[in-house]
Amino acid sequence: MKTFKLGGVHPAENKLSNNSPIQVLPIPKQVFIPVSQSLGAPSKPVVNKGDQVKVGQLIAKGEAFISSNIHSSVSGKVLKIDNITDQTDYPKQAIFINVEGDEWDENIDKSDKVKREITLSKDEIIRKIHEMGIVGLGGAAFPSHVKLMVPKGKKANLLIINGVECEPYLTSDYRLMLEKGEEILIGTTILMKGLGVNKAFIGIENNKPDAIKHLTDLAKDFEGIEVFSLKVKYPQGGEKQLIKALTNREVPSGKLPVEVGCVVNNVGTAFAVYEAVQKNKPLFERVVTVTGKSLKNPSNFLVRIGTHSSELVEKAGGLPDDTGKIISGGPMMGKALNMIDVPIVKGSSGVLLIEDSETERMAVKNCIRCANCISVCPMGLEPVLLAQYSEKEMFENAEKEHILDCMECGSCQYTCPSGRPLLDYIRLGKFKVGEIIRNRGKK
Amino acid sequence: MNDVVIYAVISLSAIGIAAAVILFFIAKKFKVIEDPKIDIVEEVLPSANCGGCGFPGCRNFAEALVNKSNKDKNIEGLNCPVGGNKVMSKVAEILGLEAEEKEPMVAVLCCSGSKANAPKKVNYDGPATCVFVNNLYAGENGCPYGCLGLGDCVVACKFDAMYMDKETGLPVIIEEKCVACGACVEACPRNIIELRNVGKKSKRIFVSCINEEKGGVARKNCKVACIGCGKCFKVCKFDAITMKNNLAYIDYEKCKLCRKCVEECPTGAIHELNFPPKKPKPEKVMEKQKTETVSTEAKVVDNKPEKDLNTGG
Amino acid sequence: MNLLTVSGSPHIHGDNSIKKIMYGVVFAMIPAILVSIYFFGLDAVKVLLISVIACMFFEWAIQKYLIKGPLTINDGSAMVTGILLAFNVPGNLPVWIIIIGAFVSIGIAKMSFGGLGKNPFNPALVGRVFLLISFPVQMTSWPKPNPLFAGKVLDAITGPTPLGNLKGELRGGRTVQDILEHGTKMIVDGKEVLYKIPDYVQELLGNMGGSLGEISAVALIIGAIYMLCRRIITWQIPVAYLGSVIVFTGILWLIDPNIYINPLFHLVTGGLMLGVFFMATDMVSTPMSPKGQLIFGLGCGVITVIIRVWGAYPEGVSFAILIMNAFAPLINKGFKPKRFGETLKI
Repeated sequence: MKTFKLGGVHPAENKLSNNSPIQVLPIPKQVFIPVSQSLGAPSKPVVNKGDQVKVGQLIAKGEAFISSNIHSSVSGKVLKIDNITDQTDYPKQAIFINVEGDEWDENIDKSDKVKREITLSKDEIIRKIHEMGIVGLGGAAFPSHVKLMVPKGKKANLLIINGVECEPYLTSDYRLMLEKGEEILIGTTILMKGLGVNKAFIGIENNKPDAIKHLTDLAKDFEGIEVFSLKVKYPQGGEKQLIKALTNREVPSGKLPVEVGCVVNNVGTAFAVYEAVQKNKPLFERVVTVTGKSLKNPSNFLVRIGTHSSELVEKAGGLPDDTGKIISGGPMMGKALNMIDVPIVKGSSGVLLIEDSETERMAVKNCIRCANCISVCPMGLEPVLLAQYSEKEMFENAEKEHILDCMECGSCQYTCPSGRPLLDYIRLGKFKVGEIIRNRGKK
Repeated sequence: MNDVVIYAVISLSAIGIAAAVILFFIAKKFKVIEDPKIDIVEEVLPSANCGGCGFPGCRNFAEALVNKSNKDKNIEGLNCPVGGNKVMSKVAEILGLEAEEKEPMVAVLCCSGSKANAPKKVNYDGPATCVFVNNLYAGENGCPYGCLGLGDCVVACKFDAMYMDKETGLPVIIEEKCVACGACVEACPRNIIELRNVGKKSKRIFVSCINEEKGGVARKNCKVACIGCGKCFKVCKFDAITMKNNLAYIDYEKCKLCRKCVEECPTGAIHELNFPPKKPKPEKVMEKQKTETVSTEAKVVDNKPEKDLNTGG
Repeated sequence: MNLLTVSGSPHIHGDNSIKKIMYGVVFAMIPAILVSIYFFGLDAVKVLLISVIACMFFEWAIQKYLIKGPLTINDGSAMVTGILLAFNVPGNLPVWIIIIGAFVSIGIAKMSFGGLGKNPFNPALVGRVFLLISFPVQMTSWPKPNPLFAGKVLDAITGPTPLGNLKGELRGGRTVQDILEHGTKMIVDGKEVLYKIPDYVQELLGNMGGSLGEISAVALIIGAIYMLCRRIITWQIPVAYLGSVIVFTGILWLIDPNIYINPLFHLVTGGLMLGVFFMATDMVSTPMSPKGQLIFGLGCGVITVIIRVWGAYPEGVSFAILIMNAFAPLINKGFKPKRFGETLKI
């Protein structure tokens, strides 16, 4: 069984919504579409107050190299363009749309028929992906067309499709693999063509045996696609860890996966690419897991971008009284929200409700130098040292200890017997070190 | 027995002399020639090593002073905020230069988001440092511009001039102790603390809010937010108030302390400090103020902190 | 509904805690405790109880009245120190000496550095070495093991440890073979008795003179396996420690078996097993990276053998571990874990 070697933990999986098929969430009355949904520069709105928009119409254009187009997820009237508090908890520009009916853009193929022939060329595929605003749906929301454009001097020879879903609770990728397996494989083929490679690996953790079986069966019909079963270990879904697990290649610190010839995409992204290229459908909806131990019906919804999280929770049985924490994403890397009314964006993979009893962190005690954090760190860092340097504001030392290699997977804090906020301090250190490096660049 | 003593004495003395000779030559060879003025200047400085001058310590500041005076024959741009004019004039005297007068400054907290004014909306669990929380989310009261109340500034203050008021959850600046070194300004991740001039009899008027959100949004989080209504801007006769991004800002160089804006402000975001209590009849007060509007304008070098309100991590 | 909570990720925590680790260690020591009670009877119970109670009392008192900080008496670390200290002293030690040892362990070696996690040296070992240097007579008059239900052993109450006996006789010019086969004539309480070093099976089980906890290698290994399974300790230090002892003594033995006894004897006698599994693996005072732990174990092994073979004391485990404890910060600096992506690997 393949897995990555260094570090890793195995939190309780809690995949509560495993058996709930993807349901289409009713279209809300109003949507709030933030204009910065991907990494990179915010997109620029191209509609004005009072404009009539259709589903799939371009409403904000990504002009910078690393940015993405944003399309309307509903049809109706633009109410206003104003600031809204989004996942980051800071005011960000968003487009408010009042929903009127559900009129789709004419170019979108609404049929359910699976279309297998790929007619577009390599460059057309990349342009299409750019146009349709596809971003990585695994969480970081990195614009996909940028990933497909291999920098000069580098060469990609392998596409990796990430079906690991190593975060506890989340099941959206799993359901997608079960229900849209063929589409994902076609999407993978399109990505392979766009990237100019003839080999693709799909990595799935072996806690999803039916997904592995389903995709392995389907992959027989597709050339160059292989499905691998991986040992359950967090954070296998991290790009570098997945590459290591599947190919034993090690991405050097501070470099992109393409350095070792790999490009990693999420299964959700592969599905979105299929829809964009074959069905002409922009990325305006995604599968979101709504889950939590005290939630009535943990489920997976197909949600229009810009829908308030509260509507999802309402549909899944309402907000339980003992909710202590609302998390956008998974419990290991997700972001705690300070209110339920934030819009779903392209990068939201789940809404997780944690009950009161599990909300509070354990009391912080002295570090007993047990070195658990060191042994679980998938990047081979010394979290205890990095946290101490940050706490004592010795940021130069932290930089020397490669604090920027940390990918904030949270394994160290998860495993710390003293309940120390290791990752919190490391995050602070990363921020400060980044600042120091930027200032150095200025001088 | 005697032999042993004699040998011991002789050998130890020989080693001692040899070491002394070596040391002497090494000391000669590696001698660092320093301007003796540096020591004299350093003695005058407050030796708080606060870093308010922009140098790591008083010694480095003294070196910088002496170097600059040797090179450019002036010490412009170098200032010890702690010692103020008194120390700087002494330094100038030592270096044989003209002293320049600087208006004394004091740190001012531009946020009134106390527990009562901006009630807590969420709990926070984690390390109690403002920098970290600022990167994480907007804060317990939901205001993305307001004070986080975790006291990075208090930790940064080397002069015991700040403390956290448990009642309000806001830091308090003790004016008598504040030396305007700027450590708290530097420490605050949200740039809420501003260095303003002390003013005549320590009287000051300032907008105690830096929220750039629209009025309604700002008010939702905090009762005393500046809503950017512009009433103060209209009432000010001295062009001291500027409106930008839904926020009023009072330029302390232009403000004549007339207090009209304070009365006008609908939310109470404009604060006045150290004024005598108001008389019941407003007309009389106005008259009195007119007599009081004495020019406080002195030559002020442009050391107003840049109002960079981009708080997003 | 209560207010929502906001905090940084991760939002879940594993079920690991200091308490679980410490009580895991206590649990792992139960076999050794039982063996010590079997061989030394009520004396063992007395020493164990007094040591544990004294350690816990000192920790509580110092935290409550001197530091005035939070009380961490429940986390079990003082209990571990207490048991380890008792394991490291002979069963007939006077009560007041044990209490002094507990005070040194907790008060000086642990709390004065800031409590659990801050101490550079293993507290129990500091206490033991302090007692060994201050009260050499009491600390080296080992009671002879007197198994429960075996009736009274009449000839003597105290006897030497195998290591001590061997060292003394080797100094006297005898060969290893001679000592093992013919034993040593000793005068105890005016009577002449013959002391013979027990065979390996007896040594493994613990039927020999020595400190309370160190005698039975089997019991200690059972505890160690439990701790390895629970991942309280890692394999690096024990393996490196035992390996270096075996290799080093093996080389000496091959050079001249008449002067140097075989590695097996070194393994099963003295405090080696106790030291290897319970003291050299103490998290607080040992290096953190796997590489560093190997170096640490190696250093401990070499120093132990050097002291045992050429040093003044017959036993060198405590000194070896304390000396290497002092090197732990240096090792931490020098031997970093291997980073991911340090080198390009295609």
